Amino acid sequence: MTTYIFKRLAVLIPVLLGMTIIVFSIIHAIPGDPADTILGEKATEQSKQALRDQLGLDKPWLQQYFSYLGELLTGDLGNSIRTRAPISEEIVPYLAATFELTMASMLFAVFFGVNAGIISAWRHNSWFDYICMLIALLGVSMPVFWLGLMEQWIFANELHWLPSSGRMNARDPMEAVTGFYVFDAIIQGQFAQLWTVCKHLVLPAIALGTIPMAVIARMTRSSMLEVMQLDYVRTARAKGLSQFAVVYRHALKNSFIPVLTVIGIQTGALLGGAVLTETIFAWPGVGRYIFEAISNRDYPVIQSGILIVAVIFVLINLLVDLLYVVFDPRIQYK
Amino acid sequence: MRKRMGWLFTLMLSLALILAACGGGGSGTSEPEASTKPGEAASTEPAADPAAGGSGGTLIVGRGGDSAALDPAIVTDGESLKIAQQVFDPLLAYKAGTTEVEPALAESWEISDDGLTYTFKLREGVKFHDGTDFNADAVVFNFTRWNDTESKFKFEGDSFDYYDSMFGPEEARVIKSVTASDPSTVVFVLNQPQAPFLQNLAMPPFSIASPAAIEKSGADFKANPVGTGPFVFKEWKRSDSITLEKNPEYWQEGLPKVDSVIVRSIPDNTARFNALQNGEIDMMEDLSPDDLATLESNPDLQKFNRPPFNVAYLGFNVTKKPFDDPKVRIALSHAVDKQGIVDAFFAGQAEPAKNPIPPSLWGYNDTIEDYPYDLAQAKKLLADAGYANGIEQPLTFYAMPVSRPYMPDGRKVAEVIQASFAEIGVTVNIESPEWATYLDDLSKGEKDDLFIIGWTGDNGDPDNFFYPLLDKDSIGGNNYSQYASDPLHEVLVKAQQETDQAERTKLYEEAQVIVHDDAPWVPLVHSTPLLAASKKVEGYVPSPTGSEPYAEISIRQ
Repeated sequence: MTTYIFKRLAVLIPVLLGMTIIVFSIIHAIPGDPADTILGEKATEQSKQALRDQLGLDKPWLQQYFSYLGELLTGDLGNSIRTRAPISEEIVPYLAATFELTMASMLFAVFFGVNAGIISAWRHNSWFDYICMLIALLGVSMPVFWLGLMEQWIFANELHWLPSSGRMNARDPMEAVTGFYVFDAIIQGQFAQLWTVCKHLVLPAIALGTIPMAVIARMTRSSMLEVMQLDYVRTARAKGLSQFAVVYRHALKNSFIPVLTVIGIQTGALLGGAVLTETIFAWPGVGRYIFEAISNRDYPVIQSGILIVAVIFVLINLLVDLLYVVFDPRIQYK
Repeated sequence: MRKRMGWLFTLMLSLALILAACGGGGSGTSEPEASTKPGEAASTEPAADPAAGGSGGTLIVGRGGDSAALDPAIVTDGESLKIAQQVFDPLLAYKAGTTEVEPALAESWEISDDGLTYTFKLREGVKFHDGTDFNADAVVFNFTRWNDTESKFKFEGDSFDYYDSMFGPEEARVIKSVTASDPSTVVFVLNQPQAPFLQNLAMPPFSIASPAAIEKSGADFKANPVGTGPFVFKEWKRSDSITLEKNPEYWQEGLPKVDSVIVRSIPDNTARFNALQNGEIDMMEDLSPDDLATLESNPDLQKFNRPPFNVAYLGFNVTKKPFDDPKVRIALSHAVDKQGIVDAFFAGQAEPAKNPIPPSLWGYNDTIEDYPYDLAQAKKLLADAGYANGIEQPLTFYAMPVSRPYMPDGRKVAEVIQASFAEIGVTVNIESPEWATYLDDLSKGEKDDLFIIGWTGDNGDPDNFFYPLLDKDSIGGNNYSQYASDPLHEVLVKAQQETDQAERTKLYEEAQVIVHDDAPWVPLVHSTPLLAASKKVEGYVPSPTGSEPYAEISIRQ
């Protein structure tokens, strides 16, 4: 297993190198002088030259790439042009915010998705099955933007149950220790704050989790349907086990591999930042960080942001591969 | 059996958790409603002393973007300057709702007859938020930091862009020296007279920062600003919120009125409006015109229009045929339906323009009579100019590929103008190259025959519109019409050297007559951005410059 992990990590090296090349090329894909494009209409020649120096744009292409790579290896992601702050420091709270939202969304998506899928398969062709699959279809096709605004309108403006934006009640701030507000509230023993933080998570988590939920539900259902036909399930039933035990203990485990793959891919995608959800709910996550960098032509942030998100995506996939073993002991990595 | 119970337990637990998270409605603890009533400060600080004139409470403002940095000298974006206005004071300030200058940290000033020496008497007893004294040395420190390219307080990555553009780049500085003649007197000596000098000093980028804080924080000053302003900086959560607290020792008696201000970034316009309706914020920037009807039907909300500070215009490339002939330009001026454009694309939140400067600027000439929208007249004038059959050779019409504050959708506006022109027999082809190329092409003036573009003011001086946009010296820069008029140049240069305000006003009024008669542009609109607030918010006067101190705002309990 350990050897396998090392092997997989070694395979990551060419993948990461490939990504650095793509990310590095972004700035060179700008037509004309990047300094012109980045700084815009009112920039002086001096500030343009300063930017060229900062980004090393005057040097040969290869030299630029290798010094970029060298900086990356020392953990230097460069400085943001807009805020002039080091990206490696600046991005941390954004990653924490996105991570928290992703966890909440996936909790929602996995719980409802898996259970809906299981029950749909269990009660195949029943009204529950039809309704679940209709909801799943709607879920996949519903624009997040619309869903988010509808949620705000109903649950915040009309019913006043939940806050419509942000991570925390702005009037009642809490000290951020780790940047994961749920965790922060717990370690500081502030349970009223914990309640507020959870309430702020609900609407964005549902908006963000709806598509993964629908995908997971469909995947679970079809995978379960297949497994439920197998002999060993029939044997389990013949043994006199309750339906619940058959479905949740015997069938689920074997049908979970494809579901796990889907969960992994969806988690990776959400961690990459959900621009729309984060925009609507004013969630200060990494999707907005990159999106705002794009609108401000802040190329170093775009480059580093994409790189980090890509690395996270690759790592999540690795994690999913390793989790297969847990669910299917027949899979062994050597 | 045991295992089965385990599953059930897990299931129920997660269900309970989710229900707990979703609930709240029934249990009567609906937090956004209960604890976010505007004016109800959740902090444990004592409410402001009513005798001091404060209303207390927390003001929460929602806006579309976050600040880039909090050191006003190094930024150029409006969002950053909004915070600067709260934490800092410049020597002079703009009077609420206008661009007229009034004393701020400087109490009074004298100008020498040659317009080269400005002597400022500073307000005494003012302290920075870190407890150090504001005095003439502090002013000298700040200006030296911006002026001296080798300054050790110009930190890595810093550039003082506004200083360079308003007071000249390194090789052509306007300010020769800044000296403290005594602790409350500071003397500026200029290399050449600069008429908008006072106007420039009132811009928020030239706010006075605490020298002690800059020395202490170094490059981190841009995240830990210390000034003399009405509010003290407390916390910045990036892309989320900036928290400011009342400066109890503010030099303006009785101000600020609220105990704290929180400025939140909520990027989506509709979501921001939702947050306002739900009481999560008290005031918001940039209401979309589509939401105006909802706002007006809600008795708890009110709207504000920011006075216009910009101009969008249709420019003619006057070096090219047929636009080298003013008669043609005037004829086409009659063929643009400005009111129609305002109604269709600005939802009424703009005014038709007749001059290159907005009416909120001093020097605006209201006696100018605009060329009315009249296609018959346009056709007749075109025939008089020798184009009785219209202009068949298609002209290249550049329409902006991006949305700007003064022009939300350049292409659609161009299509409306195209249709009107077609009716009088003038054919135009709309082109929208990529934005950087667009600006480059307009500067060169080779490819375009006519174009849409605009300008947003910087310092509230008419020179800031006329000189960069219409003077012959600015050809190759922002004078995209390539318009070279000697009479105008004479007036503008004279106005730049004049220090008497009344005299300058007259000169700019004259400049507007020249531009109107020559018609290098069809001024289209001045947009007036919409803001919204809870009815509890009182005393808010939006400034045309795009940001203003929140010191005068109070919240009715």
